[in-house]
Amino acid sequence: MLRVDVTKQLGEFSLEAAFESQGRVTGLFGASGAGKTSLINMIAGLLRPDRGVIALDGETLDDTSKGIHVPPHRRRIGYVFQDARLFPHLDVRQNLDYGRRMNRLAVDPAQHARVTDLLDIGHLLDRRPGKLSGGERQRVALGRALLSKPRLLLLDEPLGSLDESRKEEILPYLVRLRDEGIPMVYVSHDAAELRQLATQIVMLKRGRVTALGGVKVLT
Amino acid sequence: MFEISPAEWTAILLSLRVAVIATLVATPFGIALAWLLARREFWGKSVLDALVHLPLVLPPVVTGYLLLLTFGRRGLVGAWLADNLGIVFAFRWTGAALACGIMSFPLLVRPIRLSIEAIDRRLEQASSTLGAAPWQVFATVTLPLALPGVLAGMVLGFAKAIGEFGATITFVSNIPGETQTISTAIYSLIQTPDGDAAAGRLVLISIVIAMGALIASEWFARRATRRLHGN
Repeated sequence: MLRVDVTKQLGEFSLEAAFESQGRVTGLFGASGAGKTSLINMIAGLLRPDRGVIALDGETLDDTSKGIHVPPHRRRIGYVFQDARLFPHLDVRQNLDYGRRMNRLAVDPAQHARVTDLLDIGHLLDRRPGKLSGGERQRVALGRALLSKPRLLLLDEPLGSLDESRKEEILPYLVRLRDEGIPMVYVSHDAAELRQLATQIVMLKRGRVTALGGVKVLT
Repeated sequence: MFEISPAEWTAILLSLRVAVIATLVATPFGIALAWLLARREFWGKSVLDALVHLPLVLPPVVTGYLLLLTFGRRGLVGAWLADNLGIVFAFRWTGAALACGIMSFPLLVRPIRLSIEAIDRRLEQASSTLGAAPWQVFATVTLPLALPGVLAGMVLGFAKAIGEFGATITFVSNIPGETQTISTAIYSLIQTPDGDAAAGRLVLISIVIAMGALIASEWFARRATRRLHGN
């Protein structure tokens, strides 16, 4: 379970959001500039809230009143960015292996095979990120996050930088991923996308939560 | 004309040794400072930045004199080092290396700093969400991506170190076999009658070394761009 109750002032923009999520896929919905990315950056630990609490499965990740801030590398929260952010100096295989190495996890060939199969990236392993298409890059980024064995996966408009046909290419992989059972927070401004993926919606407007509930709130 | 005398060889080899040691010792400090200046905001940053660049704008003789005052036998640091660790800089080749290291430091730091600044910080964020502690982010993302800049800085620093004159001669003088480098040897030769041919040979050699270093530095800079684009 993810519990968020935070405020953050970013220049002129103020973010004040509170929600609890039990759902397997929490859809964070809102127009651009609504504060979605700032919110998941706080969940990831990349941004510190001015005030408030973030807790995951009973563990406090942020609590400003107690001075708690768990740094991103100790949160075990995976993050798939809109722009993939693959490491340009590493090939696909090394990118995928990165989280395992940093967390000093044992080599897990079965998991590796399952993820590369799930995302159809087995044939890309020896390539450099510069030689991948946008869709391939995003699939590798997904695989990289998954292989670090996170307890929560954040996805920030993972289809945002792709054109329509590419979106159709990735969406089935995301559905498969959801059915794997790993909890996700999925950020999007596209209601159709969230209807397909999310089990619960948090609607955000100008830094405030305006609706919470099932996908029905996306009307 | 192109016969290099043993005395000239001594100066050339000493120059190379001084420049190599100066560069190797200065590089870790250069990387640390470049990272600080590129990635951190702190009180006194502009002062530190100016301090790093000082040897570039100060008359070399002033830098050499300050080194003499600090690291000379009776200097504050020099006396302590000699008494406690047995390290002597004054009138030794190690002092030449110290002078060269300090004089070339700005040229070493600049390309490293620029290449760290050019790295997308969002890659470092991605690295931390994958479980990398700050030192791991530095070791696996920042440093490898900045490596061509580090090499470019080392090459430039080396070229500067090998040509250093003013601070070296002020600090450690011009003793053949101990502190006489290519530059100070040329200075001696052009003051001696019939020294022209020998001076000419050393001039030629220093031009070749400097050109080689500039070309190598350019080559590393081009590699850096390629590396950042992931091809």
